[in-house]
Amino acid sequence: MKILVCVKRVLDPQVKARVKADGSGVDLANAKMTMNPFDENALEESLRLREAGTVDEIIVVSVGGGKTDETLRHGLAMGADRAIQVVTDEALEPLAIAKVLKSIVDKEAPGLVLAGKQAIDDDSNQTAQMLAALLGWSQSTFISDLKVDADTATTIREVDAGLETIRVKLPAVISVDLRLNEPRYVKLPDVMKAKRKPMDKIELDSLGLDTANRMTTIEVIAPEARAAGVIVNSVSELVDKLRNEAKVI
Amino acid sequence: MSNLAQKNLVVVEHDNNEVAIATLNAVTAAQQIGGDIDLLIAGENCAAVAEAAAKIAGVASVKVADNAIFGHHLAENLASLIVDCAAGYSHVLAAATTFGKNVMPRASALLDKAQISEIVEVKSPDTFVRPIYAGNALATVQSSDSIKMITVRTIKFEAAAAEGGSATIEAISSGSDSGLSSWVSQAVSNNDQVDLTSAKIVISGGRGMQSGDNFHMLHSLADKLGAAVGASRAAVDSGFVPNEFQVGQTGKVIAPDLYIAVGISGAIQHLAGMKESKVIVAINNDSEAPIFQVADYGLVADLFEAVPELDAALSN
Repeated sequence: MKILVCVKRVLDPQVKARVKADGSGVDLANAKMTMNPFDENALEESLRLREAGTVDEIIVVSVGGGKTDETLRHGLAMGADRAIQVVTDEALEPLAIAKVLKSIVDKEAPGLVLAGKQAIDDDSNQTAQMLAALLGWSQSTFISDLKVDADTATTIREVDAGLETIRVKLPAVISVDLRLNEPRYVKLPDVMKAKRKPMDKIELDSLGLDTANRMTTIEVIAPEARAAGVIVNSVSELVDKLRNEAKVI
Repeated sequence: MSNLAQKNLVVVEHDNNEVAIATLNAVTAAQQIGGDIDLLIAGENCAAVAEAAAKIAGVASVKVADNAIFGHHLAENLASLIVDCAAGYSHVLAAATTFGKNVMPRASALLDKAQISEIVEVKSPDTFVRPIYAGNALATVQSSDSIKMITVRTIKFEAAAAEGGSATIEAISSGSDSGLSSWVSQAVSNNDQVDLTSAKIVISGGRGMQSGDNFHMLHSLADKLGAAVGASRAAVDSGFVPNEFQVGQTGKVIAPDLYIAVGISGAIQHLAGMKESKVIVAINNDSEAPIFQVADYGLVADLFEAVPELDAALSN
């Protein structure tokens, strides 16, 4: 089976986002960027499926300009076989990304598409579900366990009430949560090897899709900071503050 | 735009018996958008849900699709139903729970509409505020779509009154089984604790708890305070507690009156789930832990001494 893994280049999760003074967005100039953590879990799972003999080819795909190819190289170093970059400098909305990914799926015909459940920059949590919709495929979201059989996949979903197991027909689009696995570290020889792996670059315009944004960002601001707190010296002082100052117990 | 132009459809979350509280928060968001509010219920043997939903204040009509194919809220069947029902509505909303997050993007794409995820404020019928970057930035966005597809971050909208309305109930026969997916089972942890998302007081444990057994200290404290117990991702990943306890960017986003973080360092991803709490207490033996930066009251102490002491103090 061929598998497609969708990845996004995002601000490193350890870095706190800083809003630009003019309110136009988050300042990413010189910021440390990385593969979206959930997407790393998706890629790791595809590697394990290949190691188990279920998958024979892994394609990583990303949509973006700038140094998106660096993120794809990281995916190749982790172990993907080849990469596809759909090149655009526009910041596309999830619906547009889903349309782009559909065109890649139409061309590559994978048996399974994996993606992170959300990107940690815009926190939309939409693209996988939208891609499944546009393809008319089954979906399973926020999964922490995956078993792939001949024509179905059995997934455990992390839902608000606990864990839900659903079985989906293949081909399917599946979005993954962090507890699915622990992504492997990339070793230097893998980085060297990744440089020789194929990477296709496709210009967004060449796909002939309507990817116009439906939303205008009016402004991006920092949330109100919490007022500085106090350090209490003892449990009894804490209880006193909670009872008599904050009045919450 | 005048309010007369708006017509809202809220997708009801339920377990075939009761309306989820999160839906009441979504109804409030719809009230702020303005215009009529209808509800859509898809379920199996869910008449009780329809009757309860019809009593929610401010609701005009309740559409009910009672069919075995909707029994487990599979996204494929439910999204198609939403698409069938969306015509004539300016806004379709659901709470940003795992239920809403699963189905709404699928319905949105089928309608060729963008989705506005996890709104925290309604500025006008087409302009909304939503958090990005784990809540470290707030984006105000204006939608040009003819139908606004919206998920609602529940903590920023008070629950609508569950009583006082008298909506009409209309059965709809729409819907067919996609055959694409099937429900197998659901594991709900066997606990009778207070609901984490609606609790007034939450006590969460982190990696510092060292084991699942040690969470009994937090449960004891929670019993005394009528509180729910939560956890950081680190505690869940370490297997101390099941995932439904998790508070944070990848877990539940909550805003209780009092949040007590015990042995939690305070990673950005955890803060994203609790920093809207009214009062935050941090108990941690590392005075440099980032959790102290958001805490109203910080106690630098060994939790294994401080928590039993707190427990004893509250028994008095």
